[in-house]
Amino acid sequence: MTILDLKPGERARITGWATESPPSRLLEMGLLPGSDVELVRFAPLGDPIDIKIRGFHLSIRKSEAGLVDIETI
Amino acid sequence: MADSPNAAPRRVALIGNPNVGKTTLFNLLTGMRQKVGNYPGVTVERKVGVLDGDHPIEIIDLPGSYSLNPKSADERIAYDILMGHLADERIPDLVVCVVDASNIERNLYLVSQVMDTGLPTIVALNMMDAAEEAGLVTDVRKLQEELGLPVIPMVAARNEGVGKLKYRMRQEQLPPAAERKWEIMPVVDEGLPFLVDRLEEHVQPHGRRIEVLQCLTNDAMLAYWKDRAPDFHDAILEERRRLESLKAPYQQSEIMGRYNWISPVVARVVKRSKADGSVTVSDRIDAVLTHRFAGPVLFGLLLLVIFQAVFTWATPAMDLIEVGVGGLSELVRGAAPEGMATDLLVDGIIAGVGNVVIFLPQILLLFFFLGLMEDTGYMARSAFIMDRLMSRVGLSGGSVVPLLSSFACAIPGIMAARTLANPRDRLITIMVAPLMSCSARLPVYTLFIAAFLPTGTVLGIFTFQGVAMFSMYLLGTVMAFVAAFVLRRFVFNKGDSSFFAMELPPYRLPRMRQILWRMVDRSRAFVVRAGKIIFGMSIILWVLATFPMTDPPEALVAQQGSLEVTKAERVEGLLAGGVAREDAVALIDEQFAADVQAIDARIAAWQVERSFIGRLGHAIEPVMRPLGFDWKISAGIISAFAAREVIISALATIYSVGDVDEDSPLLREQLKADTYEDGSPVYTPLVAVSLLVFFVLALQCMSTLAIARRETNSWKWPAVMWLYMTGLAYLFSLIIYQGGQALGWG
Repeated sequence: MTILDLKPGERARITGWATESPPSRLLEMGLLPGSDVELVRFAPLGDPIDIKIRGFHLSIRKSEAGLVDIETI
Repeated sequence: MADSPNAAPRRVALIGNPNVGKTTLFNLLTGMRQKVGNYPGVTVERKVGVLDGDHPIEIIDLPGSYSLNPKSADERIAYDILMGHLADERIPDLVVCVVDASNIERNLYLVSQVMDTGLPTIVALNMMDAAEEAGLVTDVRKLQEELGLPVIPMVAARNEGVGKLKYRMRQEQLPPAAERKWEIMPVVDEGLPFLVDRLEEHVQPHGRRIEVLQCLTNDAMLAYWKDRAPDFHDAILEERRRLESLKAPYQQSEIMGRYNWISPVVARVVKRSKADGSVTVSDRIDAVLTHRFAGPVLFGLLLLVIFQAVFTWATPAMDLIEVGVGGLSELVRGAAPEGMATDLLVDGIIAGVGNVVIFLPQILLLFFFLGLMEDTGYMARSAFIMDRLMSRVGLSGGSVVPLLSSFACAIPGIMAARTLANPRDRLITIMVAPLMSCSARLPVYTLFIAAFLPTGTVLGIFTFQGVAMFSMYLLGTVMAFVAAFVLRRFVFNKGDSSFFAMELPPYRLPRMRQILWRMVDRSRAFVVRAGKIIFGMSIILWVLATFPMTDPPEALVAQQGSLEVTKAERVEGLLAGGVAREDAVALIDEQFAADVQAIDARIAAWQVERSFIGRLGHAIEPVMRPLGFDWKISAGIISAFAAREVIISALATIYSVGDVDEDSPLLREQLKADTYEDGSPVYTPLVAVSLLVFFVLALQCMSTLAIARRETNSWKWPAVMWLYMTGLAYLFSLIIYQGGQALGWG
């Protein structure tokens, strides 16, 4: 499962990245294994998405969100 | 570091994430005592101010950064200054790290990096009010213990807590050097001491470890040492190979290590009074403003309002400036002796400065709205809404606002591209922004559409001329997207694929002081920096239009002489007839003045044709004829390089109609009446369309080139910009004119 499998308003826990070299900016923003993430909403045209991580809202594209593996809490 | 020489003032660096109120704090600390410039060799703005007192303190405002492991030129500067990597920048004696109390976890990431530099550090815990609203209570004393640093809670926007910070900054005893608190995974850790030793002669003791970690993961950082410390450079490469062979996730190890320390600290220090999932006011606003249907509609409406405001509200001020510049010109003409110096002053310098200042009202208004969007947090939402569309042509949502601003004027548009974190997105945005039809094209569109395109309506409701005007804007916009796509696909196609990671900060009420401050700040940058180049170019263009000076043709001089004789004779005739009525004499005077003016205008036209610009016009006529342009239009286009609307006054001079504006029926009639020697008209609707398209696409604006030079810090990009746009303009006008003629529309 990845962030994209969530419905708006659902929360999950990050388990890892489905890539060898995740964008380090996203790691620095706190998208790390073990942290909780909420899919808040999709942008009006479907992409990017608004996620809540470590208490703040971050907008990332689906192409990156689809690389973040999650598990339900 | 605490015992820096007495001669040099204490130097304090201000650092923090974007959107934490760092600039507000900087303004509060330094007041108007700021100096804004650029760091040598890069486009990053360098802001330095002074905190007054018995011992003035120099404060350097570092660019907003999420991390000291730099991803952009801005962040690179922040790191380089803290490390003393820049030759002309002294290492700060003290760092003030501004932290958003409502978003403490992510902010502590940067704090932990600053702590690694080993510089004395104070944490300014800002936005305590927002944290309280979000139900977060921070135990400041406990945080202070955990970090081992002084922590000063504040609300900079309300000037709360700033006095305490000033006091700490002035205290003679600096806070103790910060220390590293976090641990990296053992497999990486064991390799560090050897690497740290390689930096012994190059970096101050505290900073070595963080430098090693940066270089381990960041090629751009490592490149710095290639020549400076080759053995260090090679040792890093060796260590990377070792870690890779062990399959150690060293790329992420630093980030994980820091957060492994930060998360428990936050858990111990921050108490939540509200459930984590509770809905905030900001969330409710977002539910509307980024709603699937309402979001785009409201964004569109906002743009419409901004446009309307920039176009209509600015007009009175622009008219006033025009009148003012005109009045000043006349005043100088009246006061100064006739001659070349006065001509240069009036037609070159005053007119040139006028060309710069005339854009100010629009620029100020646009920056006001941009500031409003930024300050409330809506700017990020507009990028969120538009990103999908923009990513189709290889841009990102952040390019929307700079491009739309360029409808008013490419200069603020290009400057607004600074908000783009990705340098490639920023450069592409800058390169295509001048294709958006700016307000300076408007007078040109107005003149030629009104003069040469048919009236009448389309579909019963739209006027044909209105549709033509709209088409000009549409063409420019479409071409901007095409150009962005091509640039992205064929020019900037190397490097890692850009990704989009943008914070959506909580909405907040705009603070007028901040917005006005920024508005003035940016406008001043435009006037001062671009102004110098525009000023110089105006003088050059004046010289081109004035020299070489030629004596007026004898026939015209003779005519002028005969006018005077005729006037004298007529007045005498009246007197002799004994009916010397005053109004009759006045009538003769008036007639005489008009005749003299007409001949003066013809002399001016005669001289312009023989000036450098006239000659240039003739010289390039063969190249321009395939587009349907004669030498007069060609000369007009050359003079329009100063600024597009200058073509109108240039044509007015060439057609000897004196001073006019775009609505002048006189110039319109003159243009319509002009013919080639064979009697065919110079201007047909097809020529007009060709000329209009040329103006849509060509880069005829030295201010734009000047600002592009400033923002990209090289002449290369402005040169490319000018060449590709002029090429496009030529190509399209050629196709339209030749195609139109082939179809028999000529």
